[in-house]
Amino acid sequence: MNFSEVFKQSNQLCKVSPDGKYLATCVQYRLVVRDFNSLQIVHLYTCLDLVMHMEWSSDSLFILCAMYKRGLVQVWSLEQPDWHCKIDEGSIGLVSSRWSPDGRHVLNTTEFNLRVTIWSLCTKSVSYIKYPKACQKGMDFTADGRYMALAERRECKDYISVFVCDNWHLLRHFESETQDLAGLEWSPNGCVLAVWDNCLEYKILLYSLDGRLLSSYSAYEWSLGIKSVAWSPSSQFLAVGSYDEKVRILNHITWKKITEFEHPTTIINTKAVVLKEVEKRPVVGSEDLSIHQLTMDNSLFSTQSKYEITQLPAQVPVIKPDPDRANPKIGISALAISADNRYLATKNDNMPQSLWVWDMLRLGLLAVLEQTAPVRCFVWDPHRPRLALCTGNTKVYLWSPAGCVSVNVPVEGSFQVQSLFWHCSGSSLVLLSKEHICLCYMEAGASCGHT
Amino acid sequence: MGDWWTPTMMPDPSLDTKELSSISGISMSPSRQNLHHSLHSTMALPKTSYSVLSAFCTEENISQCIAYINQEVCSLGLTGVSLESKSGSLSAVPVLNLLYEVLQLQRRAQRALHELETQQLKNGSDLEHLQHSNCRLKDQLEHTRRDNSGLHEGERQLQLKIKTLQNWLKSEKEEVQKLQSIISSRATQYNHDTKRKERECTKLKERLNQLLMDKRDKKLSIEISNHVGRSDGKRGLWKTGKMEARHEGEMYRALLSDYETRQRSLMMENSELKKVLQHMKKDMITILSPKKPCVKTEPANDSLEQAVSEGEEEIGDCSRESLEQSCEQAREQLTNSIRLQWRKLKSHVERLDSQASLVASQEHEGEEMMSRKEHEEEMQRMRMELQQCKEFIHMQQQLLQQQLSSPCDEETAALLNDCYTLEEKERLKEEWRLFNEQKRNFERERKNFTEAAIRLGHERKAFEEDRAAWLKTQFLNMTPFVDRKRPALSEPHNPTKHPTREQPHLMACQYYTGQTLQKRHSIVQTVVIVSLSFIPITA
Repeated sequence: MNFSEVFKQSNQLCKVSPDGKYLATCVQYRLVVRDFNSLQIVHLYTCLDLVMHMEWSSDSLFILCAMYKRGLVQVWSLEQPDWHCKIDEGSIGLVSSRWSPDGRHVLNTTEFNLRVTIWSLCTKSVSYIKYPKACQKGMDFTADGRYMALAERRECKDYISVFVCDNWHLLRHFESETQDLAGLEWSPNGCVLAVWDNCLEYKILLYSLDGRLLSSYSAYEWSLGIKSVAWSPSSQFLAVGSYDEKVRILNHITWKKITEFEHPTTIINTKAVVLKEVEKRPVVGSEDLSIHQLTMDNSLFSTQSKYEITQLPAQVPVIKPDPDRANPKIGISALAISADNRYLATKNDNMPQSLWVWDMLRLGLLAVLEQTAPVRCFVWDPHRPRLALCTGNTKVYLWSPAGCVSVNVPVEGSFQVQSLFWHCSGSSLVLLSKEHICLCYMEAGASCGHT
Repeated sequence: MGDWWTPTMMPDPSLDTKELSSISGISMSPSRQNLHHSLHSTMALPKTSYSVLSAFCTEENISQCIAYINQEVCSLGLTGVSLESKSGSLSAVPVLNLLYEVLQLQRRAQRALHELETQQLKNGSDLEHLQHSNCRLKDQLEHTRRDNSGLHEGERQLQLKIKTLQNWLKSEKEEVQKLQSIISSRATQYNHDTKRKERECTKLKERLNQLLMDKRDKKLSIEISNHVGRSDGKRGLWKTGKMEARHEGEMYRALLSDYETRQRSLMMENSELKKVLQHMKKDMITILSPKKPCVKTEPANDSLEQAVSEGEEEIGDCSRESLEQSCEQAREQLTNSIRLQWRKLKSHVERLDSQASLVASQEHEGEEMMSRKEHEEEMQRMRMELQQCKEFIHMQQQLLQQQLSSPCDEETAALLNDCYTLEEKERLKEEWRLFNEQKRNFERERKNFTEAAIRLGHERKAFEEDRAAWLKTQFLNMTPFVDRKRPALSEPHNPTKHPTREQPHLMACQYYTGQTLQKRHSIVQTVVIVSLSFIPITA
């Protein structure tokens, strides 16, 4: 594994272009575009204010920079650097801005979710959508970019509108059977829309593309409900994570629960492997404490760590959440299914240092990774069954069915990895710390060996 | 005297005349002081006592009677009647007194008897009464005991009921608690949401205020240097009904294609599963229908034949029914036939199992026991071995871990090791060098010693020769033939050197004889002395 040098960024704004050729980072009010392979600066743009959100268009030709405070959106072109576009929302304010899947329309959500404005870069026209719902995930596009589902709320009732992204024609508008819609997500094949209620009611509804209710699932009545939802890339499974620390898998034929995965505090399942991260403290000899040594050798203070297999039954460290607070830190807050539909990675909020990996073929627990700090971010490789995770320290961890490895980021000074994401080819990782980024190149054909 | 003797008291008319006669019989003999009871019984004398009295005393034995009566009276404790026996005439006064006293006595006795009888009656009735009451009380006790046990039983049941009710109460309480916690969490969530909404509302109000105040209306606009072409190159179309229909059509097409793919995959899965089931059925049929001569057991024969015939039919069916037949009947037929075959197979296997165990137990009954015992022993041994091996492995692992964990920093340890080995190497080199030097020295010295020894040998020989010559000369000098020999002997010796040479030889000889030849050191010394002594003298 090779590591690149460190570059500056602000606001965790660093995105790779969809074709994988360029890397765009925002530093305060500047937009820096680099070539991904050579990391040379290709373009440099200056925006009018601190950039809060940055996004590539789907054809990798344009970059959108949104400045929420000023209500401005600036679009930059890669082909023609002197082309400019500025969208001003005026006094109505701006809370979110995104591209449409065709890369030619910009959707701005105004302040207080008053409306969604659709600006066309082709025709300079504007369209409005009224009463969008302010919720966790109120807008979603299908994977092929043809349709958009938007959650709306009128007169204390939830509605869902399906638009054709071609010309923003309203295809379907139907009432949703939720009490208070919290989110919606298209299945990867674009035919089913999963709609879930907010945490006070456990309800997930499945609508077909044409607005028919296919099925509704509710696991239990009163306690806090759904926390996170994830589709499998083949659209075969829908994983629902809830506040009762369980993940329920629904199948796409009957939309009934196939199984539920529990996250117990004691693991006794003999087929599972519990990998615990153990830190090795370096021994510092008293003769070596010269300033020269300290500056040269960064590894003096950074600890090496490796994974050890723990004997079963194993105890998982639990942090009890505060019962008086809303949105308690308990339950499955993050779910991710690998690209080959084989593995599911989950994180239970009251076991923040552990990451659970489930085998979807066997429908059982495969591995539990116990880290020394709470897991901050985990992402699957877009091509292989390889999971990268970070816990906010200077290491990046990789898990694959063959084994797992912990790699220290060999950067001068300490690079605390706050989040990471894969390059679309799966051959490199982009690591983000608070102010910097670092690229990690995987060796071609390298597999993670056991440590 | 005895004629108008009638007793006033007649307490017991029930006394038998027979008894009386017996009494009278007894009373005939005067010697009856022993029989007190008969005396007492004579107190209850009826009318016919007259005959007794008459029998008792006659004319002849008056004095005897008197004496006897005196005796009896004294024994009774009455005042003694001294009956004067004056030729047959008794004074009537003492007799009357005596009689009166006896009567008194009799009356007292009668009264006592009466009292006793009443007492006895009373006692009898009391006893009866007590017996009755005892019976009654016993019954009562029995009754109360039964009641008591019944009450105990009732109490136990009530206790059970209490327990169950308590458990139910506990579970209800727990449920209530759970519901309360749910309610509280929902309440906090609601509160949180309402607060958020309120905050948003206030922001809205503020903004509204701001906007109302703020007169200048910033027009929202888009500034774009030039239009961008669509990504797919098409130009925009007007919104018409045809467009809408097209969109609808596209949507339905997408849905349909998805359903079709799903249906296709399901069909494939279905056909695969059907194939598998068919194979299973065929296998089951073949298992259930072995060849005819191989059939062992009689009772199973019929069912097997039946199975065979059925199997053949089934196989025929299989060939007839096509796999594409997806209608209900075909499916049901398949599943039913599989179920039937499976049941048959199961029963067949069970039967075979039981038969095998029977046969085995019949043939090797004793052996089996033994073999089982042996088997168990083997198992035990193997288990112990396994345990030992596990422990060993565990120990090895521990040691390995220890070894791996003890060097904290491998690099410096390696370095240190290197340094140490280097040091040692140097030291060893030095020692080796020293050793070689010493070896060489030793070789040299040994060579010197050998040379010296050889030389010494030679010199010794020469000395011996000289000594012999000298002795010879001496001897010859002592003899009368000295003059003739002396010049002959002294010839080989140099006359000038002779005295000088002889002296050191003499010295050497003296020294020599003093020491032993074994010591090399001494040899050296002698050689040295010899060599040293040569120098000053010759010089």
